[in-house]
Amino acid sequence: MSTTTTVAKREIRAYFNSPVAYIVVTVFMLIAGYLFWSQLFLEKQAELRYYFNLTPLVFTFIIPAITMRLIAEEKGSGTLEMLITMPVRDWEVVLGKFLAGLAMLAAIVGMTMFYAVTLSLLGPIDKGPMLTGYLGLLLMGGAYVAIGVMSSSLTRNQIVAFILSFAISFALFIFGQIVQYAPDWLAPVLAFLSMGNHFESLSRGVVDSRDVLFYVSLMVVALVIATASLESRKWK
Amino acid sequence: MADVMIQVENLTKNYGTNCAVDQVSFNVHKGEVLGFLGPNGAGKSTTMKILTCFLAPTQGSAKVAGFDVFDQSLEVRRRVGYLPEDTPLYRDMTVLEHLDFAASMHGMKGDRVQARIKEIGGRCGLVEVAGKLVGELSKGYRQRVGLAQAMLHDPDILILDEPTGGLDPNQIAEIRTLIKEVGKEKTVILSTHILPEVQATCSRMLIISGGKLVADGTPDELRAREKATRYRLVIEANGAAPDAIKSKLAALSGVVGCEKVDGEPKTHTFAIDGSAKSDLRKALYQAAVDSKWILLELTRQAASLEDVFRNLTTGEESKS
Repeated sequence: MSTTTTVAKREIRAYFNSPVAYIVVTVFMLIAGYLFWSQLFLEKQAELRYYFNLTPLVFTFIIPAITMRLIAEEKGSGTLEMLITMPVRDWEVVLGKFLAGLAMLAAIVGMTMFYAVTLSLLGPIDKGPMLTGYLGLLLMGGAYVAIGVMSSSLTRNQIVAFILSFAISFALFIFGQIVQYAPDWLAPVLAFLSMGNHFESLSRGVVDSRDVLFYVSLMVVALVIATASLESRKWK
Repeated sequence: MADVMIQVENLTKNYGTNCAVDQVSFNVHKGEVLGFLGPNGAGKSTTMKILTCFLAPTQGSAKVAGFDVFDQSLEVRRRVGYLPEDTPLYRDMTVLEHLDFAASMHGMKGDRVQARIKEIGGRCGLVEVAGKLVGELSKGYRQRVGLAQAMLHDPDILILDEPTGGLDPNQIAEIRTLIKEVGKEKTVILSTHILPEVQATCSRMLIISGGKLVADGTPDELRAREKATRYRLVIEANGAAPDAIKSKLAALSGVVGCEKVDGEPKTHTFAIDGSAKSDLRKALYQAAVDSKWILLELTRQAASLEDVFRNLTTGEESKS
């Protein structure tokens, strides 16, 4: 297990050694800033609704940008061979990479807390939904990160990894938007698979174990696939 | 034998329908420095990747330090130091950070780690670049970082895939000295397609070609296996036709092959192959005297590893 944290620490350090982290942080803070403040200035209302409504969509391209390099880069440059011939289990590598991506996500989401706190000083903001909303962002973002790790494990090309995880993430996001147009038999399936639907109740202050379980199982499934993809080199 | 460190039995690896390693078996004993030779694409790297648990064999088994590479791969990896081909390293870390990372991956803890990094860094000549980014280092230094990392956890077995690839002659000499030194206490397998390297560093060599093991022995043993001995004869023949000389030489008993090769003007130079058992020098001298040729030069050339290598590896290709 200590190897997992070693891998995670190395990845976090690698993030801050490359421009990617800074670009992603800046872009996300700009978008989040717009979502936070436009309501205040245009409608003179202090609320988090806009931010919480649109972040699921913003995540679909911000998170793949964070996760695309995690495994694909190592496959491309050959360092995966060096890493994985050390005494470490494949799932420990995958988990370490996932945790690093999660830490990165927590950092950018955490930075928007600054906006949220400032906003709450300017107007009445419900603390409960704000906290569960942030919990929801971490859970939903975690699921996106896991999808990103999985996509990154399937290819040695970072661009392919980005497009693949964006496609999967966007599909899971759009399911929620098209429920009303879907045929009756399909609608409940789409609603269940939608990233946004599960987040919505969390952002309203309702912590339902089903929503938490949805995100956690999505993470588990994606990480299991990522591990299998690493192990596939050993298939006979 | 109790001190068998690596035991490979009927190892086979297929990539789809392409057979990269075909029924290879060999043992490596403690304290041996084994040279793994073969043309590019012969299956050297694949075999090494299996021994280091990066790939799994399609068939057959391999045991390293008594542990199976597939079923007990963590145990194997704890005891093996591996330098993959082209030395992949994280370019965004400094040398020190990289070694720290490797130590931590191997579960090394406490004060011991820094002392060990210092020791290994000193041995590999990394002290002056300790704070530099790996990506900024020259190929030679990167190779040394890879080697230092492979030896960091004091493994019993070192597996080095082309440790001197892409280095300049000075760097090659340094790495060889290092490997020789390490080979005194550890078991080392190194792959190469540079023959002098084997002579310089290895106590035993394996030649692999087209995925098959074609030779196994000490460099001397393999040289002795070479059937023909080559002679070089330089004569001045006072205008005699080269073809006539050639047929005269070829008719001598014990001569297997005779070929005119380029030499100085006005002289004739021949490369003559004789069977390894007999010595043709007397007969060649006598022939020159009888025909009134002036003998300028006569040398017997011991079969070189190059010949052994070429015969074993090209023969195999033409068959398949």
